[in-house]
Amino acid sequence: MKCHDDALIRLFHVYKRYGAKNALFDISLDIFKNEFLFLTGPSGAGKSTLLKLLYLGESLSEGQILIDRMNLARVSRKRAPELRRKLGIIFQDYKLIPTKTVYENVSLVLEARGMSHKFIQKKVHSVLRTVGMEKRKKSFPPGLSGGEQQKVAVARAVVGEPKIILADEPTGSLDADSAGTIFDLLTNIHARGATVLVATHDAELIRSAKGRVIQLKEGKVVAE
Amino acid sequence: MKSLLFKRALQDILNNRFLNTVTVITIALSVLIVSSFALFFTNANELLDTWKKGIRALVYLNPETTDANRLDLKYNIQKLNGVSEARFISRKEALAQMKVQMGRQSSLLESLKPNPLPDAFEVRLSPDSQTMAAIEKLSKAIELLPHVDEVEYGRQWIGKFTNIINMLRFVGYAMGGLFLVATLFIVANTVRLLLYSRQEEIAIMRLVGTTDRFIKMPFYIQGVILGALGGIIGMSGLYFAFWFVSEKFHRGLSAELLDIHFLPLDVTAGIIVGSMIIGWIGCYLSLKQFLKA
Repeated sequence: MKCHDDALIRLFHVYKRYGAKNALFDISLDIFKNEFLFLTGPSGAGKSTLLKLLYLGESLSEGQILIDRMNLARVSRKRAPELRRKLGIIFQDYKLIPTKTVYENVSLVLEARGMSHKFIQKKVHSVLRTVGMEKRKKSFPPGLSGGEQQKVAVARAVVGEPKIILADEPTGSLDADSAGTIFDLLTNIHARGATVLVATHDAELIRSAKGRVIQLKEGKVVAE
Repeated sequence: MKSLLFKRALQDILNNRFLNTVTVITIALSVLIVSSFALFFTNANELLDTWKKGIRALVYLNPETTDANRLDLKYNIQKLNGVSEARFISRKEALAQMKVQMGRQSSLLESLKPNPLPDAFEVRLSPDSQTMAAIEKLSKAIELLPHVDEVEYGRQWIGKFTNIINMLRFVGYAMGGLFLVATLFIVANTVRLLLYSRQEEIAIMRLVGTTDRFIKMPFYIQGVILGALGGIIGMSGLYFAFWFVSEKFHRGLSAELLDIHFLPLDVTAGIIVGSMIIGWIGCYLSLKQFLKA
């Protein structure tokens, strides 16, 4: 039986309001180390908002979030990079830098951590090989298909070997084959010890995975 | 890590060639204008010093002065501290010199009878007393001697020239200050434009965990490079302008009268370093404001 203290991510009565509208309403949740968790629900349920709160893309309206014992309500702007380095984020819209090559987009994470050139080269090539993008390392994102961009986004999220992976609709705009590849990558990362949190409304993806499912509706947890 | 940041800065400069070229040209023009003033003042000061070194005093004698009085006076002047030589110029010799100086108009002096010019002594100073203060003090001492009518040492025009130089120096400082502010403003705006054009990239970099320092460093390096380039181009422009002017006009003038030369190496290096610092401060101002948002 897991207790609260084992939780890697803890949400206490979390609220997020945009004006008078509650995007998230009294969410309390524990996510444990090496857990594979799906956040699901219809569009506008609050899945993406919840992920944004976790990576400080949005600020809390009320409540508290602890990630690896860091209280997000008290994390200053200066300490935000420290938190984000614990996370590997796969964005719904990929968020790749269009003026940088595939290699540069992925290597940026390690460069920012002051890794050596040799290490970066080795690691980035290895990750790009895993996602099947090594041959396109010199391409720029606008020249890639949606599936390829998603693979690069996954490569960037995992290259720093983060403790937590946050994936927002990682298979949202992909065909079945590409979605399968991305899902295999996520399960691989999970097998290597990472905690994976996937926001999706892809019922097929949820059925094929063994993971906890949290269902959101209108900003509330309606089923677990 | 350092080489990586340097590489990123160079890449940014190449990616935004037009904007960076305009900035470098602006810095170069500012450096050119400010250093032109510096060049002018350096040479004007040296010219003034040279003129001051050639200072002599003319001691005009009373018309009643006898030959014996004149010998006494010469002895008394030469006894004074700071005097190296006192040469007698008779009124006849003075008129002859004046005729030579007036050239074709010397005929005007023919009708001057009797000769209105007084006898005089031309007093030259010893090298250690060739300052305005020393000559003023000496003139006052000579004026107190008997048979001396008046002492003249051209203080008026040297004083006026010094005043003009001082006024121009003030104008130079003011203009230098204005150009400094203008350059700072332009560099800051260039960096701001670069930052706006890369807003999305910076936002993504932050999301993947890069620190503000990592984002800022290439901009700082870029600012310093732009400053250095602007400084070097500005100083090179000044050097070529100086070379052209000195080649074209200096030959026609006596080397002793106008011995102009370029700014010393340490001043040149100082101006280039200053322009690099301006580049850095320009970046600092923009980054501070932009990354706070």
